[in-house]
Amino acid sequence: MFRNTYDSDNTVFSPQGRLHQVEYALEAVKQGSAAVGLRSNTHAILLALKRSSGELASYQQKMFRIDDHVGIAIAGLTSDARVLSNFMRQQAMGSKMVFNRPIPVNRLVSAIADKAQVNTQEYGRRPYGVGFLVIGLDHTGPHLYEFSPSGTSFEYFAVSIGARSQSAKTYLEKHFESFADCSLEDLIRHGLHALRETLQQDKELTTNNTSIGILGLSGVHESAGTSVNFRILEGPPIEPYLQSMQPKEVPPPSSASVPPPTSGDEDVQMSE
Amino acid sequence: MTSIGTGYDLSASTYSPDGRIFQVEYANKAVDNSGTAIGLRVKDGVVLAVEKLVHSKLLVPGANRRIQTVDRHIGLASSGLLADGRHLANRARDEAANFRDNYREPAPLKALADRLGLYVQAYTLYSSVRPFGCSAILGSIDKDGPSIYVIEPSGVFYGYHGAAVGKGRQLAKTELEKLKLSELTTREAVFEAARIIHLVHDDAKEKEFELEMSWIGDETNGRHVPVPQDLFEEADRKAKEALENFE
Amino acid sequence: MDHFPTNWGRPKYDGFDTNATYPFHDHGHNQSAAFAGATQHTQQPIVTGTSVLAIKYKDGIMMAADNLASYGSLARFKGVQRLHPIGDYTVVGASGDMSDFQYLQHVLDGLVISEEINAQDGHTLGPAEIHEYLSQVMYSRRSKMNPLWNSLLVGGVKDGQRFLAYVDLLGVTYFASTLATGYGAYIAQPLLRKAVEGRENTLTEPEARGILEEALRVLFYRDARSINQYQIATITANGVDISGSLKLETAWGFAEGIRGYGSQTQ
Repeated sequence: MFRNTYDSDNTVFSPQGRLHQVEYALEAVKQGSAAVGLRSNTHAILLALKRSSGELASYQQKMFRIDDHVGIAIAGLTSDARVLSNFMRQQAMGSKMVFNRPIPVNRLVSAIADKAQVNTQEYGRRPYGVGFLVIGLDHTGPHLYEFSPSGTSFEYFAVSIGARSQSAKTYLEKHFESFADCSLEDLIRHGLHALRETLQQDKELTTNNTSIGILGLSGVHESAGTSVNFRILEGPPIEPYLQSMQPKEVPPPSSASVPPPTSGDEDVQMSE
Repeated sequence: MTSIGTGYDLSASTYSPDGRIFQVEYANKAVDNSGTAIGLRVKDGVVLAVEKLVHSKLLVPGANRRIQTVDRHIGLASSGLLADGRHLANRARDEAANFRDNYREPAPLKALADRLGLYVQAYTLYSSVRPFGCSAILGSIDKDGPSIYVIEPSGVFYGYHGAAVGKGRQLAKTELEKLKLSELTTREAVFEAARIIHLVHDDAKEKEFELEMSWIGDETNGRHVPVPQDLFEEADRKAKEALENFE
Repeated sequence: MDHFPTNWGRPKYDGFDTNATYPFHDHGHNQSAAFAGATQHTQQPIVTGTSVLAIKYKDGIMMAADNLASYGSLARFKGVQRLHPIGDYTVVGASGDMSDFQYLQHVLDGLVISEEINAQDGHTLGPAEIHEYLSQVMYSRRSKMNPLWNSLLVGGVKDGQRFLAYVDLLGVTYFASTLATGYGAYIAQPLLRKAVEGRENTLTEPEARGILEEALRVLFYRDARSINQYQIATITANGVDISGSLKLETAWGFAEGIRGYGSQTQ
């Protein structure tokens, strides 16, 4: 059951010059729960919505530390993400080994993009089914990148991926110009507000379903320390940030700007 | 299109009955649908320019470059699938480094274009791969002077005085033909390149775009580098003014 | 350190070619016939450069080396540059095998193209990165039993930080405010230490230049593989500057009184 003749294989161009298999891989990213990234002049942060498959199950991991100065949040196939994040760690170690220097973040992102491109051009493999938000800190400051299975990477001021990420993007587009001079606490609050936009009607952000990844000096709610290294906050430590959120503005009746929620709330499981 | 549904267009390793390879033609479609890239070979240098379509205002301006450096003296502007353009540029870097390893001198552009042409052509032979969905304009000053080559998804490459690929190529070519390219200086060519990119951009149909330009000339010591900020801004401004007067 | 590059990496054997006057050793002394048919890699340098000197001073790093490449005891090439700039912040100076050094120059130039020129992302290689990379290359080659027969000094300034370090054919690294390779490790290093240590932040450029010139002069008097033409590299916040070939002023009047050297017959 194919949608058309040109979508069974990633070595086939459609008559319009499109690659349907790659476009379907991008859909796999949209199946994953949302992740939001944003940056100020001093900090880069990630926020992600974790899912659990039931009350007896733990919440799935959405963030990974790559190196002291790099962290990622994922949306899509977790197992693909683990392969790519392993690769990123190897690249980071390689840079330390050969040059005794932390790997420049843009090159790390380009490296996985170039790796992903191969899977869009050769037969016998499928494109990766995962998107990344990558934050990094180097001597050119904090950075935020999006990596996608099509083999591209872009640098953003703020961006989101995953299910209903367009709603978060709409929030970010409205506010991103103020992010540059934000404190860490304000930046996280903006992030949580954006992430909240991706929730289903009856859900809300809790200490259980939210992860926050931070690069940059520690904020007032963190235990004192001067480290700028990547850390992931989960559970009780994020309570003060959730408290800082402002109640959602009641949308005007004609809120047609928010697209209808995409179908399929659960992550695609590879084993099934 | 008559090719659709015949079954002769599903693989690069299949000819149609009238001797065409449709997969390569479809790859060209990927190029024809994306932002324009142009190259000008002038009296004493080369200018490359692209119309970088911006799909979100959240993107960091100036990052996410589409013109890449392949060796000290060689630049590559691609049009089409972005990731394929990076693949091709990485291959070009390998070839340029390989040439340096073997001959201990910078690669002449013709030699590099030749090697890249062979590489791209190999992706039109097999069903196990797809052709490149991008065209590349290569520019350089080498021991034979300034030169520009365009490599297409079929693997063919030609040298040009002025080249244009991508969505606005027709209009861009018309504009390039009006110029006396062999009499222009590189600095003058920067202004013409900016003007042409602004001209071919279709405001009505397209998203926002960002102009990106690089050059190689006496002023850059034969190196391929982005056009310096002040010159870029002047060219960008004049291009916009020219467009307003034109309309 | 042994100041004859021919002997580096080899058990010392004074009974043979004590003065290292011949570039091609007879290896019979150190090898058994069991290895005769085995693959053999570099076992000695052929065309060699002698000492490289470098010191820290107020504004950065100053490095010096003469222009001679010897073939055994023969002064074979007299216009060789042994100081090589890498990127915008670093100079590498080499003693030992000159063809291995030329190979390293090519490798490092290629590295700069792939890491700086092609990326054009503002992440440039400083002296610390170049030195780490070089030490990895040198150590991996020695671990393959195929060393690049050099002692190298890496000096530079980046982001306001001075950097000066040593790496050799064994992959050994060393950091100090004065460094010398080859014969200079014996003859010049004590002079440099005395003149520089504790004054790294106050020495002016003319003072630093004077210290290196004096050390080079002493070396020219005492090192039979040296020559009186040399170059000086200065690396400061303003970048790299490598001088043209300079000439050492020397006085040989005293030699008249030396038995066996002057015109005396007795």
